[in-house]
Amino acid sequence: MKSNVGKILSTAAIAATISTGAAAATLDDVKAKGFIQCGVSTGVPGFSNADSTGKWSGIDVDACRAVSAAIFGDADKVKYTPLSAKERFTALQSGEIDILSRNTTWTYTRDASLGLDFTTTNFYDGQGFMVRKDLGVEKAMELDGATVCTEQGTTTELNMADFFRKHNMDYVPVVVQKADEALSAYASGRCDVYTTDKSGLAAHRSKLSDPSAHMILPETISKEPLGPVVRHGDNQWKDIVTWTLFVQINAEEMGISSKNVAKIKAESTDPGIRRLVGAEGKMGEALGLSSDWAYNIIAEVGNYGEVFERNVGPDTRVGLPRGVNNLWTEGGVLYAPPVR
Amino acid sequence: MSEKTTTNTSFFNDAGNRALLFQVVLLTAVVAIGYYLFHNLQANLQNQGISTGFAFLNEPAGFPILIHLIEYTEAGTYGRAFLVALINTMLISFIGIVLATIIGVIMGLARLSQNWLVARLATVYIETLRNIPLLLQMFFWYFAVLAALPHPRDSIIFGDFFLNKRGIYSPNPIFQDGFGVVIFGFLACVVASIALIIWAKKRQTRTGLWFPAYWTSCGIIVFGTIACYFLAGAPVTFDLPEASRFNVKGGMVLVPEFVAVLVALSTYTGAFIAEIVRAGILSVSWGQTEAARSLGMRDSITQRLIVLPQALRVIIPPLTSQYLNLAKNSSLGAAIAYPELVAVVMGTTLNQTGQAIETIGLCMLVYGSLSLSISFFMNWYNKKMSLVER
Repeated sequence: MKSNVGKILSTAAIAATISTGAAAATLDDVKAKGFIQCGVSTGVPGFSNADSTGKWSGIDVDACRAVSAAIFGDADKVKYTPLSAKERFTALQSGEIDILSRNTTWTYTRDASLGLDFTTTNFYDGQGFMVRKDLGVEKAMELDGATVCTEQGTTTELNMADFFRKHNMDYVPVVVQKADEALSAYASGRCDVYTTDKSGLAAHRSKLSDPSAHMILPETISKEPLGPVVRHGDNQWKDIVTWTLFVQINAEEMGISSKNVAKIKAESTDPGIRRLVGAEGKMGEALGLSSDWAYNIIAEVGNYGEVFERNVGPDTRVGLPRGVNNLWTEGGVLYAPPVR
Repeated sequence: MSEKTTTNTSFFNDAGNRALLFQVVLLTAVVAIGYYLFHNLQANLQNQGISTGFAFLNEPAGFPILIHLIEYTEAGTYGRAFLVALINTMLISFIGIVLATIIGVIMGLARLSQNWLVARLATVYIETLRNIPLLLQMFFWYFAVLAALPHPRDSIIFGDFFLNKRGIYSPNPIFQDGFGVVIFGFLACVVASIALIIWAKKRQTRTGLWFPAYWTSCGIIVFGTIACYFLAGAPVTFDLPEASRFNVKGGMVLVPEFVAVLVALSTYTGAFIAEIVRAGILSVSWGQTEAARSLGMRDSITQRLIVLPQALRVIIPPLTSQYLNLAKNSSLGAAIAYPELVAVVMGTTLNQTGQAIETIGLCMLVYGSLSLSISFFMNWYNKKMSLVER
């Protein structure tokens, strides 16, 4: 109910604001108000999750913090708006938030018809299934006749339907409004299977009372490229968000991390590295930023590898392997255009 | 004299003219603001590159719906999904209203009971349920029911009925060719009963003799239909549920989502209706009952013919509000996966198509019309029940 009220209010906000959307420069707005309003999830460990003191952390949170570091030289000038899956696009369209960084899948329909632009992918994901170990299921093709719980308003709903239709299998869909309640329904035994993106499955499994009693099936049934989203039409803002991530990927490739960036800036003679960290040239100017923007991103938030390890890596509670989210030089798909 | 004053008064000092002027100014302002907002909306949507219109209703939806009374598959359109959701909303509202009324009347009478225990129990029921938020009660019923029931593999089996966390499974009747005869027989019995009731009423007016028409017609309908069923050679077969790897397969299933929403809505609204019923009955003065008794009427007839008709005049208007509330509260079912209008249209459809204004508009239109029709019916009923003054 609460989310519906929110939706109606933001719809009314679209109706009432006078053409703020396309033309206005988000960068100027952000600089004027002194912080970035970042739309995140209501709680997915490793991606965007608030701890008991209200401090947000996660890959998606770090995406916003990196943009803040690029603009202000300080990663903490971010305010967070927790959004449910069905509220998120309206919140961005209406100008309530500046960046939507909420494990959102880049799809054609969303990019083309919602008045939004997907910047780039900060996590390559795919949908999977989680089941109880005692069910004795080894692979997804054995799920004929199963009851499946999932969250409403996500690409998951469609992928699930497509998967079962494609393989001509029966299933019972239980589609719950919020992820937490969908997980409770699964935990209480209403469903045999819980389905969402695999990263989400790992995160949610860590929330269950006995994580070891549940297993994630090996199959990945869809492509889910997740990344930050901005409003359509503000190219400068889109470039800033896009290149912030490219800087982090390039930094990892060049071996620059938050720990050694200061030393490298002072000592390196490699012109490529010197340009990236702002020791040479004025790279930031073209985006309306200072020349040490990339240096600030790396120093404050770190390179992509650091962000990954800190939030979802094998040593965290979520415990995901790098997999495809590794550099192209390491067998993954992360390949960022050069900063030149 | 008066003629002269009006002609001398200036245009703006005339009360009638002034009232008219204010009306015109107000109307213009309302229309202008409305147009301004609408224009802004259009312009903003266009600027942001958001597509508009209702064309999406003809596109394939691709998502499943748990409960559908009409044929629906993932290949159906968004329009079809909308229809399915609308029927689900109407279904839960209708059954909810009937149940809430029954619960309300029983609990209202119970609270007035001379029996100390019955009256106290009814008080506890009413005061507890109407003071706890409905959404909380829905979660309680949903997760409490789920927690209490066994896993599908340890279903409680009762003949051809199965009970587990996935719902109540019962045999599903499949109607064969000869079933038309049974329907025809049933309708014939109904017509005969109506004729009997009319005849009994006329005879009572003419001669004063009373005939138990209601009980007789109940008997005619029940036994007549059963007789037709066997005469036609029992033209119904059953699809029996049976245990399979994950769930019970086949048969008819009543899912926990539906049960939880129905129980929450009807017990919550029932508590309010109970108070309305109690107020209605207390509004009829005790003297009326005493008068009826002194004429030698039995208590049941006194209640039915004297107290209740007068109480209804007090009960119906607030009862209408409760019915409207119940229909609108059914939207909370979205929280526990009951696929009603808000869940399917404002949840999934909105998210997949991004047509926020259109989908929310559709939902508002539906709830508006649903509430207005309930209101219209109840007003008609109220007029019918109101005191006819002669």
